Amino acid sequence: MKKLTTLLAATALASMMAGAAWSKTLVYCSEASPEGFDPGLYTGGQTFDATSRTAYNRLVEFKHGSTELEPGLAESWEVSADGKEYTFKLRKGVKFQTTEYFTPTRELNADDVIFSFERQYKEDNPWNKYVAGASWEYFAGMGFPDLIEKIEKVDDLTVKFVLKRPEAPFIANLGMDFASILSKEYADKLQADGKMELLNQQPLGTGPFAFVAYQTDAAIRYKANPDYWNGKQPVDDLVFAITTDAAVRAQKLKAGECHIMAYPNAADVAELKKDENLQVLEQEGLNVAYLAYNTLVPPFDKVEVRKALNMAVNKQAIVDAVFQGAATVAKNPIPPTMWSYNDAVQDDKYDPDAAKKMLEEAGVKDLKMKIWAMPVARPYMLNARRAAELMQADLAKIGVTAEIVSYEWAEYLKLSSAKDRDGAAIMGWTGDNGDPDNFLDTLLGCDAVGGNNRAQWCNKEFDDLMTKAKETSDVAQRTKFYEEAQVIFKREAPWNTIDHSLVVVPMSKKVSGFKMDPLGIHRFDGVDIAE
Amino acid sequence: MAGGPKAFGPPVFQKKKGLAPMLRFIFGRLAVLIPTFIGVSIIAFAFIRLLPGDPVMLMSGERVMSPEHHAELMHQLGLDRPMYIQYFDYLTGLLSGDFGSSIVTKRPVLEDFMNLFPATLELSLCAIIVAVVLGIPAGVLAAVKRGTWLDQSIMGVALVGYSMPIFWWGLLLIIFFSGYLGWTPVSGRISLMYFFPQVTGFMLIDSLISGQAGAFKSALTYLILPTVVLATIPLAVIARQTRSAMLEVLGDDYVRTARAKGLSPFRVIGIHALRNAMIPVITTIGLQVGVLLAGAILTETIFSWPGIGKWMVDSVFKRDYAVVQGGLMLIAAVIMIVNLVVDLLYGWVNPRIRH
Repeated sequence: MKKLTTLLAATALASMMAGAAWSKTLVYCSEASPEGFDPGLYTGGQTFDATSRTAYNRLVEFKHGSTELEPGLAESWEVSADGKEYTFKLRKGVKFQTTEYFTPTRELNADDVIFSFERQYKEDNPWNKYVAGASWEYFAGMGFPDLIEKIEKVDDLTVKFVLKRPEAPFIANLGMDFASILSKEYADKLQADGKMELLNQQPLGTGPFAFVAYQTDAAIRYKANPDYWNGKQPVDDLVFAITTDAAVRAQKLKAGECHIMAYPNAADVAELKKDENLQVLEQEGLNVAYLAYNTLVPPFDKVEVRKALNMAVNKQAIVDAVFQGAATVAKNPIPPTMWSYNDAVQDDKYDPDAAKKMLEEAGVKDLKMKIWAMPVARPYMLNARRAAELMQADLAKIGVTAEIVSYEWAEYLKLSSAKDRDGAAIMGWTGDNGDPDNFLDTLLGCDAVGGNNRAQWCNKEFDDLMTKAKETSDVAQRTKFYEEAQVIFKREAPWNTIDHSLVVVPMSKKVSGFKMDPLGIHRFDGVDIAE
Repeated sequence: MAGGPKAFGPPVFQKKKGLAPMLRFIFGRLAVLIPTFIGVSIIAFAFIRLLPGDPVMLMSGERVMSPEHHAELMHQLGLDRPMYIQYFDYLTGLLSGDFGSSIVTKRPVLEDFMNLFPATLELSLCAIIVAVVLGIPAGVLAAVKRGTWLDQSIMGVALVGYSMPIFWWGLLLIIFFSGYLGWTPVSGRISLMYFFPQVTGFMLIDSLISGQAGAFKSALTYLILPTVVLATIPLAVIARQTRSAMLEVLGDDYVRTARAKGLSPFRVIGIHALRNAMIPVITTIGLQVGVLLAGAILTETIFSWPGIGKWMVDSVFKRDYAVVQGGLMLIAAVIMIVNLVVDLLYGWVNPRIRH
């Protein structure tokens, strides 16, 4: 830390001589450049870290460090009896940021909320295609175009969302980054000045940190928002130092050039833990990695075959080899940190002999199959090839010959979702909104066959539970439905669930107030650095 | 500089008067550029489209996009039009200076290039200067002391440098000099404590202009490791090339004659011999500059140096067609200019090749 302290001292001296107060700067080493600064347009975690979590807020927010929701810009809300109308009462007196490029003349009101959503689906809205190829990925991905009937302004501080059908996860979706609330006043000014593209370059919201500047591919600078409705931040300035190589990020953290770093290499974590100037926070990520069988293609249409193959694979060995301790074996399709996780479910035991017998009894001999392994490292699966090799060896022991195939990532994504895919594919998922529906229905529902449902699995019992769980907002009821669904899933085994990886955030011991976010987002509100 | 016939040395033609011949040469080269550019534009356009996958699909990641949504976005981006129409659009855009906009960031390609290219240029220039200033004397020394331990060591070091994997070498230097010794910063172009507007894009110049105390020194210290890493291979190549070119020239008759005449070793080696050895060496330097400008990707990644190398590679992974196409054209333009300068340099160094 001596380097940073020296630099801080030098700056302090310089700024004191300039008459300014000494500023406390938090430096975060991020892993990639933001795609842009309009959170509605993108899906990259690094983009959300840099925009929605710094400059913006949402109607509801995830409680710091959990997937539970709490009031954000909306201080309360009501759901109608039929589950189709959500009425939000906005917080009074919320100010938008004042920056060098814009000074707001009014506070947050219903117009801002309506603008933030309507631009994402109303084709006649001038902002719908304000940049070439504007695609509102998450808005569409979460099914909003088919869900939202209309959004009404009841009064200046009350907004009503009318849905076409009841959808309990809707409220959790409003905590997601694409649902960030922008300033209509700012947008109108940009439109009048003929500079609409700046909305994607110079964000302006109600959030804890106001955007100052972006040095392309190098650094993003923010100033703490003095008018933040939830209290001014303990630090004065926030800087993202974009450092794409993980080993270099670790070096920067150790040298004191940044206070917090993103995504360390699994191999570096042990060493970082030993460093007496650093602390390493860990939490099970809201993710899952799995091997999806193609349940439409024999012999994988037989449950006994799928179960047998599950029992043949030593998952703990895979977790040890690929993650070096930074993951846990998965038995359910949702991670343990998610509500309604059914811990009573028993995983398929690792028993090659029993597996062999089961295959024989199912009438399967000399099975040849393909295992698809993705070529890139993903948060839920650091090395799919390695995992596939271990599976291949395990399967060989029970007389199954597996061939490993791989495609370039873009192609892999496309080909692996085909209904006639030949082979079982390794895939994974990171949760978007902390709702079990986001995993179970998105990945295993009948509607998703040919799309996100890479097992091409359609089970009426399971699907009915999904629909019932969407129709009620009663969490206790929904929990029961999802618990039942996990039992069915285990019985039918469309996947072999492999692992849930840990999210690891190493930081300087001087940092306090940083909480791990299950959604993998890096939030800096409430974070402080000791002197 | 040669001026008038010499009694010894290779035959020297009369220095042609005036700029006209050189201008004719330049215009002749520019004329050849046009078909070259068109060729590059076709390759740039075709190559990225031959790769499977498209930018729209990649934007949604694991979440599979519905075919209708995918088709709609492809239509918005104009990617569903026939290839020859897309190419024609692209070409006409190029001719009017419009290199398109990034499919991901939505920013104009030219704007991003102008933002990032100075960083690559600054680093490449520093690296080539180091490589030339150290490489040529090393090569000359090795040639003159041929067969001695000095020659062996210099060539040995050059071989090691040439074989060094850049990523590993860079990381090693960071761990040792920045991590362990704390003498140099880890990565970036300047300390985050300094923040000033980008005027030229060259951190060394902009830091001076800003007038902020310590900024220039900071920029300089941040340049040290990336320059060393990037200069390693060109240095090795230039040293070896200089040595072999010198050895050839030192064996020539006129050198023996010059020595016999009693000229000092410095004049013989440094002026007569080196001048003639420089042709292949300049070719090598020119090629290395081209390699550096287009290929600093590894160094840029390790040192978080925001230049065009990394920008280009990322755009291939994201299938950002506009950036790949526009970026390739711009880099090709830069390399062609470098080649032109190198060719002109030949004429200066060796009057026989003058045009």
